[in-house]
Amino acid sequence: MANRTFIGLCLLPLAVFSLAFLALPLVRLVMASGEGTEGWGIYLQILQTPRYLQTLLQTVLVSLAVSVAALAISTTAGLFLARNRFPGRGALLSILTLPLAFPGVVVGFLIILLGGRQGLFNMLLPGHVVFAYSLLGLFLGYLYFSIPRVLLTVMAATEKLDPALEEAARTLGASPYRVVFDVILPGLAPSLVAAGAIAFATAMGAFGTAFTLATDIDVLPMVIYTEFTLSANIAMASALSVLLGLATWVLLLLARSFAGATVAAGG
Amino acid sequence: MRLTLPRFLQLAVTLLTAAFLIVPAIQSIVAGLTVNYFRGLSSGLTLRWVGEVWRLYADSILLSMGLAVACLGVTLVIGVPAAYALAKNPGRLSRILEEFISLPLAVPGLALALALLQLYGSMTGFRTSWTFILVGHVLYTLPFMVRSVLAVLMAMDLKSLEESAATLGASAATRFRTIVVPNAMPGILAGALTVVTLSIGEFNLTWMLHTPYLKTLPVGLADSYASMRLEIASAYTLVFFVMIVPLLMAMQWATDRAQRISR
Amino acid sequence: MTLTIRNASKTYPDGTRALLPTDLTVGQGEILSLLGPSGCGKTTLLRIIAGLETPDAGTEVRFDDEDVTRLAVERRNVGMVFQSYALFPNMSVRANIGYGLKVRKVPRAEREQRVDEVLALCRLGDYAERAVTALSGGQRQRVALARAMAPRPRILLLDEPLSALDAALRDSLRDELAAMLRQFRITAVFVTHDQAEALAIADRIAVMSQGRMQQVGPPEELYRTPVSSFVARFIGNAMPLPGSIVDGRLVLPGGHLPLPAGTSGTEVFVRAEDVHLDDAGPLAGTVETVAFSGGHYRIGIAGITGETLFATHPGRQAPRPGDSVRLRIDAGDLLVLPQDRS
Repeated sequence: MANRTFIGLCLLPLAVFSLAFLALPLVRLVMASGEGTEGWGIYLQILQTPRYLQTLLQTVLVSLAVSVAALAISTTAGLFLARNRFPGRGALLSILTLPLAFPGVVVGFLIILLGGRQGLFNMLLPGHVVFAYSLLGLFLGYLYFSIPRVLLTVMAATEKLDPALEEAARTLGASPYRVVFDVILPGLAPSLVAAGAIAFATAMGAFGTAFTLATDIDVLPMVIYTEFTLSANIAMASALSVLLGLATWVLLLLARSFAGATVAAGG
Repeated sequence: MRLTLPRFLQLAVTLLTAAFLIVPAIQSIVAGLTVNYFRGLSSGLTLRWVGEVWRLYADSILLSMGLAVACLGVTLVIGVPAAYALAKNPGRLSRILEEFISLPLAVPGLALALALLQLYGSMTGFRTSWTFILVGHVLYTLPFMVRSVLAVLMAMDLKSLEESAATLGASAATRFRTIVVPNAMPGILAGALTVVTLSIGEFNLTWMLHTPYLKTLPVGLADSYASMRLEIASAYTLVFFVMIVPLLMAMQWATDRAQRISR
Repeated sequence: MTLTIRNASKTYPDGTRALLPTDLTVGQGEILSLLGPSGCGKTTLLRIIAGLETPDAGTEVRFDDEDVTRLAVERRNVGMVFQSYALFPNMSVRANIGYGLKVRKVPRAEREQRVDEVLALCRLGDYAERAVTALSGGQRQRVALARAMAPRPRILLLDEPLSALDAALRDSLRDELAAMLRQFRITAVFVTHDQAEALAIADRIAVMSQGRMQQVGPPEELYRTPVSSFVARFIGNAMPLPGSIVDGRLVLPGGHLPLPAGTSGTEVFVRAEDVHLDDAGPLAGTVETVAFSGGHYRIGIAGITGETLFATHPGRQAPRPGDSVRLRIDAGDLLVLPQDRS
């Protein structure tokens, strides 16, 4: 029928674009990872090289720490902002969600302004309080762009919680603390898992912040970048990219099927 | 609001977090407008650094604006009809397709850029033109457009509206133009603002795809952070804020509105 | 226009038979109602007429002499009122009504004039520039009707046009809709599951059940001489009188009833309004429930059949629950029907 044809036409541009610039390049990337001297053994090599293993471990640990911190902070602030009305609330909310569109490079620069050699802390406490280029700086940078994402998820989930559940718990004699632990947090749990997974995956793949902070800490994206540009080890860069991409994608897929939430990762 | 102890603790965490996010941003604004940041505000305020940024990076700023507009155009042309087709056939295949085009949200930009470079890097004409960067931006922003429009379309009674238009004599193309697009407008607007905001700020893909002659705004930022004095880097960041913050606010407003309509 | 349907059927890809082969003719200017419970195939048939559903091979739909079976919906020139009304939320009342003319490229001046006519006819003049979202349920229904009528369709199709309204409004709009349809003098098919609606509006009613046409005829005919127990139950809520037939008499637990002469059926039905309280009646039972509903009482009586039998009692006073009563049912009011095929 003519209807079918029209719908086919509507999908055609998307199909062509995704095939040419998404499907084929990804296939090429996977192929390229097996074209080095070790062939497909490259994936085994990653697991046998201490430097890569160290990098993997470090990236996972930093990302994990960022997710936990972002969840704790954003849940506290998110619940507070969702449940209270007071003057200045709108401004606070704007400030807390503003960094959503900041690219990683800008976040890195802002961390330098806080903890760099000319940074705020070094000016206030003129000793040598320089943390921007350390693990702490990287952690703070990742935390900076994770907080708004987690916060928005938590607030959206809080608004969907049925207030009658809390009221029911209160009429049954539960204290406000018990209500938080018995009703609110279990109700938010799926969203918290999803938000945590998003924060983790974003931190795993974050490149701009690490790049700007030019740290000595090996995180996966930086290693991929140096393998590609400095060592010209294209097979290794591809293999690490495949691993990284697969890990973040699977993680987000699991989180989404668990929570049914979709939140944008940016920058 | 009564300030009990738990409330007070919550408020303290909230305020500290807000300070963590806003203080460095204010620092960069101040630094970008101060004659000498190291000597502090007493050295006086100036627009000299902003002028300097324009002299050094006008090309990057204009390139980013152009790219954002082109990216918007392409995502509209590809994304709106695609969202319509997906809304009409909400089957398993549509879910898989939607999941597939959303890959760029999950897979880090670095990996996507490597993939693009390896397939198309040898096509020098394409590799060195601005359209190569555009492809990266469309790849990354397209899922936002599709999802935004799809959410609004799924929330309305598209089937009845289209059927009634059909009984009134409207062909498939006419229905798309006069019924589907106008009613999807809140979703299209939210998607459009998201696309422009993200395109202007995109760094991960762009850093790998750009050439020395084609630097976007964020690429220029990275460049200034590495090689310019703090005041110029700050002034450039200030310019970026001036562009991105209103866009971000408009985007949030439009997204909220689209979600309200979807409910 | 005369609508002729031959051998129309619809089988879904999963094998579900929504509509079994059906023939139907609707004459010029006639208002036909497709009546039946949900899932009986009435909406499928309506959508086949509109062209919104592709029927099985062998189906033939004719508008006068033209075979429209393969004609796309947008070229059939039908007017349709949807259950949800499906008004375009991005357009004003006027733009909604003018839409069909606009897509047919009717010149602007003529379009405006036609829209004004329809607006006046449907008493919507005051609302022309309003957003459709700002209208009440009844106004929306009139806009939907006006929009369907503006392009002067060959046939008007209505899919449960009153079901989106609340009960109080539905009764008053039912009569208004009947009057407007008569005024348009258009061939119309309207689908409903509400027998009162069908009885009030239609010239003829087609009762459907399980994808099959049960009986087609004027409302009075369907009410008075149903051909199956399904039609008897569905129209006028006839109650079964299960008993054995001996020597032209129906034997019930509560007594015997003479049957009308010359009947060959095996199932007997009666309607509540034909069950009379009469101290000299042949049936005896006990009052179980009494419900007052303004003009009459509805009395539930046990002991006549295995189940509760209801009587509509118009008197000013009613017996109380527990009272023994006698009942009379005239032979002419009994519906004696053959056993249902299913």
